Amino acid sequence: MSLTTDLPHSKGQAAGGAVKSHGPGTETPAPRRRTRQRRERIFQWLFLVPAVVYMTLFFGYPVVKNVVMSFQEYTTSTFFTGEAPWVGFTNYVTVLSSSLFSTSLLNTVLFTMGSIVGQFVIGLALAIFFQRKFPLNGILRSLLLLPWLLPLIVSSAVWRWILDKDSGALNRFLGDLGIIDTGIPWLTSTSLALIAVVGVNIWIGIPFNLTILYGGLQEIPDELYEAGSLDGATGWKAFRHITWPMLRPVVSVVLVLGVVYTLKVLDIILGLTNGGPANSTQTIATQSYNLSFHEFKFGEGAALGNVLVIISLVFAVLYLRASRRAVDE
Amino acid sequence: MKSAQRTSRPLALAVAALVGLPLAISGCGSSTAASPSEAVTELSVMDYYNNEPDKSFIGDALTKCGTQLGVTVKRETVPGKSLISKVLQQSSSKTLPDVLMLDNPDLQQIAATGALAPLADFKVSTENFAEGVLSAGTYKDKVYGLAPTVNTIALFYNKDILAKAGVTPPTTWEELKAASAKLTAGDQYGLAFNANPTYEGTWQFLPVMWSNGGDEKKIDTKETEQALQLWTDLVKSGSVSSSALNWTQADVKDQFLTGKAAMMVNGPWQIPALDKQPTLQYGVVKIPVREAGQTSVAPLGGEVWTVPQTGNKARQAKAAEMVACLNSDENQLAMATARNTIPSKTTLSDKFASDNPKLATFTELIKTARARTGQLGEEWPAQATKIYTAIQTSLTGNASPADALKQAQGQ
Repeated sequence: MSLTTDLPHSKGQAAGGAVKSHGPGTETPAPRRRTRQRRERIFQWLFLVPAVVYMTLFFGYPVVKNVVMSFQEYTTSTFFTGEAPWVGFTNYVTVLSSSLFSTSLLNTVLFTMGSIVGQFVIGLALAIFFQRKFPLNGILRSLLLLPWLLPLIVSSAVWRWILDKDSGALNRFLGDLGIIDTGIPWLTSTSLALIAVVGVNIWIGIPFNLTILYGGLQEIPDELYEAGSLDGATGWKAFRHITWPMLRPVVSVVLVLGVVYTLKVLDIILGLTNGGPANSTQTIATQSYNLSFHEFKFGEGAALGNVLVIISLVFAVLYLRASRRAVDE
Repeated sequence: MKSAQRTSRPLALAVAALVGLPLAISGCGSSTAASPSEAVTELSVMDYYNNEPDKSFIGDALTKCGTQLGVTVKRETVPGKSLISKVLQQSSSKTLPDVLMLDNPDLQQIAATGALAPLADFKVSTENFAEGVLSAGTYKDKVYGLAPTVNTIALFYNKDILAKAGVTPPTTWEELKAASAKLTAGDQYGLAFNANPTYEGTWQFLPVMWSNGGDEKKIDTKETEQALQLWTDLVKSGSVSSSALNWTQADVKDQFLTGKAAMMVNGPWQIPALDKQPTLQYGVVKIPVREAGQTSVAPLGGEVWTVPQTGNKARQAKAAEMVACLNSDENQLAMATARNTIPSKTTLSDKFASDNPKLATFTELIKTARARTGQLGEEWPAQATKIYTAIQTSLTGNASPADALKQAQGQ
């Protein structure tokens, strides 16, 4: 009983401050009550502490450090001497004015859009397909999760072998079918490499899209389809007027998360082409990695990394708004 | 109140333990920084030989030297790719090992940070070492690291395939192009090399660039352009698969091993794998030069051993003795023989070459081999990036060799 009377009170205090909640008519609360309130406050904070500590340590510190680093001349010597001269926006100017930046940015956009469209369309088609009841449905669906379970380094090594020009499995297959005479240089042609890399990334991303969208489809009540079919909405019409509107919140979550995951993809590209040939698969992520860990220009690498963070942040905000709307609905 | 008191006791204990823990750790740390007079009984060592059989070969040499010096060796091996990040971490937390191995092109980068001690401080002899080896271990006129054994790259050829086609191993670029074209048929390419967008692609290009007088400081020159034209011609004509743009040196070895390439550019560390296939008869010659009379200049590979600045002079002195021991004539020969590498002292070359005829060409090349960081020092990574970018731009046909080099140099 005391708990229920207490709670709204403390809530009011938190929101409006002590003066407002203690109107002129109310008596000053007994000291016992005040200590209890204070203790409750402390406990509320205590529950927050682990999360706050965790966030500061593992999210706050690296982000702040990365931002600071991008304004410094941070080199290998910095690690030993601790000296990192402040250089203002020099790193940003160097990175953004480099001739490689526009290439990387364009590749990042193409890679992300291509991957997302491919993953989503195939993932959705498969999700709808698995809605039907047929034998081996469960087994097939779990087999489709395999790409998700493999370490990315393994996937990229295997795909690198499959896509090899001379002895790759894909070219052998196409050759045996008589479709091609000479091997297609999937990974070594400047016009094909990005397409090949996007293809591999689609293969990796399908399970994620399939799983989430399948879950979303399961949530749609059967009655809607029954009612719809009475009104003549079947097949495409049912999809257009029932499935799609009901699935919309899930779709926006899948897309936005997909974009954020895809923007930062690094290992697949490094494993398949290392950004080549002639930078045709170089993205902002791979370029930032190269700057920091191969050329030891940690400041410039951090600056480019921050550019990527800002792009991701835009989509993260979109995600938050989308998910808030989903909750409101 | 009572209950609060009761619970606070374990709490106090926990707090005491937490406060005590760092003290205990730093206590351990301070013992390593003991006074110089105290005898050193242990040395920590870090290297990247984490695969067999090299892991054991190096481990044995370290243990042997440890016994000679009266210390036990505490060795840590890390994967090659993570060595530098590990070293950087350790240098910021002041926990560098007593003896540190580095890949030679990284030495100047690390020496520039001030994390390494000059070997002259401990009177380590640098006599008889090949010039390139010393230049790889030198930063601003001081020697910081010595490599017991080194390696380089040369041209491997498949004796059977060449004999069948009536081709002799090429010595000039013209001969190389003609031979590669003649050896290309069906599934088989004349030559395999690696032109991937990493430092490895640069490394494989250096012999033709350097032999022709190319300069890594300024790559948009006639000499380097001619070298890049050769690489481009070989790929354009189909004598080298365009997959070279994505191959590693291990892939190149596989092409050669399976007979899909009649010749390859590679190093002596591939010999054990090649010898596993007894049907494969191969020979090794120097990488061809543009015109007869030019010297084939090879890039120097291999790992140097260094003494980090740990702040404990006694341990550092002992560590320097360890580096000296690893570089003794006897140990150089033993390690070189076991690992298919070349002893770095030129005084040992003749004996080594006659004992190991398979490595004779490599031994010859080491005498004049050049260190990648010899001229550029810590600027090497940036310039090496430009070189592989130019190679890729030209080999994909995005620009002519001259334009590719000009673009890359200007970047």
